[in-house]
Amino acid sequence: MKKFILALLALAPMLAIAAGPSLHLDSADNDLSDKESLKRGFESYLNYCLGCHQLQYQRYGRTFDDLGIDQAEGVKNWMPTGEKAGDHILNTMPAKDAAAWFGSTPPDLTLEARFRSPDYIYTYLRSFYVDENRPFGVNNKVFPDVGMPHVLQGLQGVRTVNEHGELGEAQGGSMTEEEYDAFVRDLTNFLEYTAEPNKLERKSLGYWVIGFLFIFLIFAYLLKKEYWRDVH
Amino acid sequence: MNSFMAWIEKRLPFMDAMNKHAIQYPAPKNFNFWYVFGILATVVLVNQILTGVWLTMNYEPSGDGAFASVEYIMRDVDYGWLLRYMHSTGASAFFIVIYLHMFRGVMYGSYQKPRELLWIFGMLIYLVLMAEAFMGYLLPWGNMSYWGAQVIISLFGAIPVIGEDLTIWIKGDYVISGATLNRFFALHVIALPLVLVILVFLHILALHEVGSNNPDGSNIKKPKGSMKPEELSKFTFHEQYTKKYDIVDAIPFHPYYTVKDLVAVVIFLILFSWVMFFFPEGGGYFLEPPNFTPANGLKTPEHIAPVWYFGPFYTVLRVIPDKLLGMIAMFAAIGMLFALPWFDRGVVRSFRYRSKLHLLNLTQFAICFVALGVLGTMPASDLANLIGRLATLGYFGFFVFLWFYSKGEKTKPVPERVTG
Repeated sequence: MKKFILALLALAPMLAIAAGPSLHLDSADNDLSDKESLKRGFESYLNYCLGCHQLQYQRYGRTFDDLGIDQAEGVKNWMPTGEKAGDHILNTMPAKDAAAWFGSTPPDLTLEARFRSPDYIYTYLRSFYVDENRPFGVNNKVFPDVGMPHVLQGLQGVRTVNEHGELGEAQGGSMTEEEYDAFVRDLTNFLEYTAEPNKLERKSLGYWVIGFLFIFLIFAYLLKKEYWRDVH
Repeated sequence: MNSFMAWIEKRLPFMDAMNKHAIQYPAPKNFNFWYVFGILATVVLVNQILTGVWLTMNYEPSGDGAFASVEYIMRDVDYGWLLRYMHSTGASAFFIVIYLHMFRGVMYGSYQKPRELLWIFGMLIYLVLMAEAFMGYLLPWGNMSYWGAQVIISLFGAIPVIGEDLTIWIKGDYVISGATLNRFFALHVIALPLVLVILVFLHILALHEVGSNNPDGSNIKKPKGSMKPEELSKFTFHEQYTKKYDIVDAIPFHPYYTVKDLVAVVIFLILFSWVMFFFPEGGGYFLEPPNFTPANGLKTPEHIAPVWYFGPFYTVLRVIPDKLLGMIAMFAAIGMLFALPWFDRGVVRSFRYRSKLHLLNLTQFAICFVALGVLGTMPASDLANLIGRLATLGYFGFFVFLWFYSKGEKTKPVPERVTG
């Protein structure tokens, strides 16, 4: 048995090959339990992203509840008029036109944080740089030749790359680097939330379930011990 | 009440069956850790069936609606996320448990005479389980579901003459489409679970007919009258067993193993819950990131790999340069397991009393199998292919070596009575 386990351990280095080459991503370091951050991220999403990227699986009303926004206030201030709280977070951009404008329809972002990762989103939104060869004049370090313009350029400013391919500092934005990072962090936080709205509930339920099982384990073990006295 | 029970018993011997299969079933008293996986597999099977029923209530088997309905379950159905994670984690847990259960059988020679048919039923369960998992994997209609199915179904295209037509017949379309999804759904929720449950029933019946093996591989059923009365097990067993044999070193399955298995089940549930509540994606192996985007026939994921539990056989397929030969080798790899009772020509069951050579062979087999599994989830490279080929040789070699050395194998004497 011991030999068997040792042999399995000897296989561990193989997992290193599995990792393969990967892109360096900055840690988003966002906090799902920070409702103020989520609210700021939600607001930014509505202002900057929703025009092109829908959240077709996420409902307004659910978002209000989870983020601690009063339903009546939410419907009044956070939603397009005429829509109901139970509606999904959609935009009105025709998919066909969008495909013509950008080369492909901008993807839905409800699950983006699970498809990529929060760190990916956080790094991606901070890695645009000037590239005159691209249709919108910008390219991205994380997603080369991306079809999307740098929507947040007014906030971040313009970055260029030097001859070694390294990103320079942003120039001419309305935000400082720290402010912009915080802005993107909030946005990332919100997208991690939409990707799995039950994530916090899942974890807190997990502690209760596992806690119960540990207590049950004690009784199950004592029961087994008591019965097995007949056998030994 | 008693007369009512008697009335039932006369028409359907329910209590008699309970006695025969649980309360008075003689189980060797020396079962160890490796003997809990049968019960655990049953627990997971029940979990899959129950959560599956409730998932079906809100799932929509159509190309347009499947992906959105899974997200509907995740968000809008009360505790839908819990049902879905129990089912998705359960799928992986099923294979972990089944692989350990099978390895137990290999280690202790539980496939040897007279348990060949029991082993065959087990292998059929494993085969149906793989089909069940493969069909179920398409249902979320994520991009990895789509391309994973694409890769596996296209394998059948390698069969000469009928290959291409066969793949169209399986898909029900020229590409994987809603038609494929619908038939996979039907097979996943009705046909295969039904077959699976029947096979499990037969597996248990066959087990109780020939009796459980044990870590010593010794026999707890001695010829009638060969044992002194004080050597017999002091417990009451069903007359079906005692009529023909003297039973030693055995205890009734219930309550002794039911309470012991309860401990194992709770420990398993703790591990299961830990994964399900805190790492439901299983590090990208249980739920893969590309499956969080809907199926798209025009967008291939960067690295297509089948789910981890198909890894070993997928590697066998991949490291062989010819597609048809690769497929033959892949099915042969499963076929070898079916034929294991006839590859092993030995009479000693447990590795405890077999030769050093057997222990070595067993160890290299386990290493090769795990290596094949790990490689199956990784992108192909020269190094990976080389290791994969060596591991494939080791895998098939296990059976071939076994056939040669098991005939005149130098074994240790098996104790008459179980140890420990």
